[in-house]
Amino acid sequence: MSKRITIDPITRIEGHLRIDCEVDGGKVTKAWASGQMWRGVEQILLGRDPRDAWAITQRICGVCTTVHAITSVRAVENALQLEVPLNAQYIRNLIILAHAVHDHIVHFYHLSALDWVDVVSALKADPDKTAALGESLSSWHLNSKHEMRAVHQRLSSYVKTGQLGIFTNGYWGHPAMKLSPEVNLLATAHYLQALEVQRKANKIVSILGSKTPHIQNVAVGGVANAIATDSQSVLTVERLLAIKTWIDELADFVKNVYLVDVAAVGAFYADWTKVGPGCLNYLSVPDIPLDTKGTQFAMPGGYIAGGDLGSFKQIKGFNDQYWRDGVEESVKHSWYKGGKGALHPYKGETQPEYTDFKDDGKYSWVKSPTFYGKPAQVGPLSRVLCMYLAGHEPTKKYATQTLETVSALAKTKVGIDALHSTIGRHAARAISCAVQVDLLAGQWQALIDNIGKGDVKTFNKPTFPKGEQMGVGFHEAPRGVLSHWVVINDGKIKNYQCVVPTTWNAAPRNEKDEPGPYEAALLGTPVADAELPLEVLRTVHSFDPCLACAVHLTDLETRNTVTVKVV
Amino acid sequence: MTSARAQVVVLGIGNILLSDEGVGVRAIEALRQRFDLPADVNVIDGGTSAMELIDDLSRAKLLIVVDAVKAGRPPASIVHLSGNDVPVFFRSKLSPHQIGLSDVLASLELLGEAPQETIIVGIQPVSLSLGMELSGEVKAILPEVVDLVVADLRSHGIEVQSRRNFPA
Repeated sequence: MSKRITIDPITRIEGHLRIDCEVDGGKVTKAWASGQMWRGVEQILLGRDPRDAWAITQRICGVCTTVHAITSVRAVENALQLEVPLNAQYIRNLIILAHAVHDHIVHFYHLSALDWVDVVSALKADPDKTAALGESLSSWHLNSKHEMRAVHQRLSSYVKTGQLGIFTNGYWGHPAMKLSPEVNLLATAHYLQALEVQRKANKIVSILGSKTPHIQNVAVGGVANAIATDSQSVLTVERLLAIKTWIDELADFVKNVYLVDVAAVGAFYADWTKVGPGCLNYLSVPDIPLDTKGTQFAMPGGYIAGGDLGSFKQIKGFNDQYWRDGVEESVKHSWYKGGKGALHPYKGETQPEYTDFKDDGKYSWVKSPTFYGKPAQVGPLSRVLCMYLAGHEPTKKYATQTLETVSALAKTKVGIDALHSTIGRHAARAISCAVQVDLLAGQWQALIDNIGKGDVKTFNKPTFPKGEQMGVGFHEAPRGVLSHWVVINDGKIKNYQCVVPTTWNAAPRNEKDEPGPYEAALLGTPVADAELPLEVLRTVHSFDPCLACAVHLTDLETRNTVTVKVV
Repeated sequence: MTSARAQVVVLGIGNILLSDEGVGVRAIEALRQRFDLPADVNVIDGGTSAMELIDDLSRAKLLIVVDAVKAGRPPASIVHLSGNDVPVFFRSKLSPHQIGLSDVLASLELLGEAPQETIIVGIQPVSLSLGMELSGEVKAILPEVVDLVVADLRSHGIEVQSRRNFPA
């Protein structure tokens, strides 16, 4: 007999997501993803100056401030066909990459590792054995006996206070938790170290962006950073050198800790390489532009249809027509007025029409985007698969290295097919992070070299002609493809639509009633105990949901507790 | 860029796209306009962010959080919490943002770097609808909110100078 589980809200994510599953025979047989907040930022932007849109859109979400700022200026620049000075591209790229590294580390350690790591079990670990295990896996300097004893001590005294604080909502002792106490302690130590190391990435964004969490330096046409080699108030050599030190520290952690931990979790939970594939249409966009027009990129992107790696088609630049013509959004199952079929974002409408949660009708504030009529998964897995197929050498290197580590630990050959899974999305995120931390160093060098040539230009002034212009800005954000679509008329915003990564992934059923990526990935996910659906959370968290921008607020009553309702 | 760690942090949080939801941010903007603060007071527009704030809040002597709170009070009333009421505030989740901030503070606790003292200045919102303007009622009490923050700073021995064109 099938049971219905409702988890509302999903915890340890940004924003408010509700997941409903039907479970039969210990597996999910039907699933619904529902964004429980309404987003209306598009309405706020109508009639405004396009040069102000970036500052407003970066307020959509507390996690992805910078990504919206950058995508917004790219959209307006695309509408004006405005070139961006090289220094501005490099500075934006550094911000993008530092933010991505920050986001991936925080997502793995602080938002999702607790689905796999049992912190309470770590108390039973032998710190010396843990250190021996850590040292066998990597050369990271903080896997020592001294460090593991200190962490064990700190954790014990924290738990003794009787308040688990940040660890309160964990499924401690759940039968699906499989790691040994030593692995749990090692992961907990890295959780704490990650809290330290993520600060370095944030400092880079803070210096280049003039401020965090909301950067101040972006402008349509470039960046507002003045470059000089002799002044304290602007971007100096001294500050650039400090940034390089932090990049090196981040690279050490990402390659010697994050990548290794993900491989270890993947090996110990090898059965999860077969869970949660779902939607095998993968979409990513190229990013890290290397020229002023946005035709050359350090990270390639494209589209893979139906998991057929031979079908890969590359998306080439900011003016790519294949990309621009492929995107549509349906509201058939979303709480908006519809009836016009799926609409292209330039024609997109966001008029709310709330009904109750209707299984076969409308049930979410998230729209349902499609690429040439098909739902598509976005995020690090799509990014890594597309870069791999585009022949991107750094991606091939880190992907191969990670799969070899997993194979060695699991004592069985694990190939790239294993990435089409819940645990595969975590592995891809770590591979992507390693690629991006190397690019961070590369873009730093490119900026230094360019300034060395005497180029200090950072801004091209935009001019807005009479009449109508349309533009799309895209960005391969940490959670995947983000695009802003703007229609400008006589220098004012006439229409604005944000199609964000979580909209792609958390999409409800589309015009043809096909499930979105979360919904598809949940099918077949095992559920040992319907009252404690940890496995459902694992699959949903693997996408790194960020609902705040997929939809936006107005759930007035903040809930006090997580409801897991089983009917 | 701050090199030396600020001893005192005044943190305004909220989403300015949702009218009164952004009152914390609007309050610190008003604070900056009306007063000159010493260099070791870091006034932060936190928006709706979370982990990005860890570094700024680490080892602060005093943290004053200004935020919209749902405290079951009449609309546009002000709540001032200090001492033992602060942990209760976070446990009972009165603010739409506490998830982010409470995680940051819990993480700092785990690192042994939690602020020594935390004060919450909360405002019961009137409207959370879409828009970048505060409701008339909340706008009207904004000066009072700022005065409360200034009084807290002064009672902790911090010199706060009102700017000439903005009589306190």
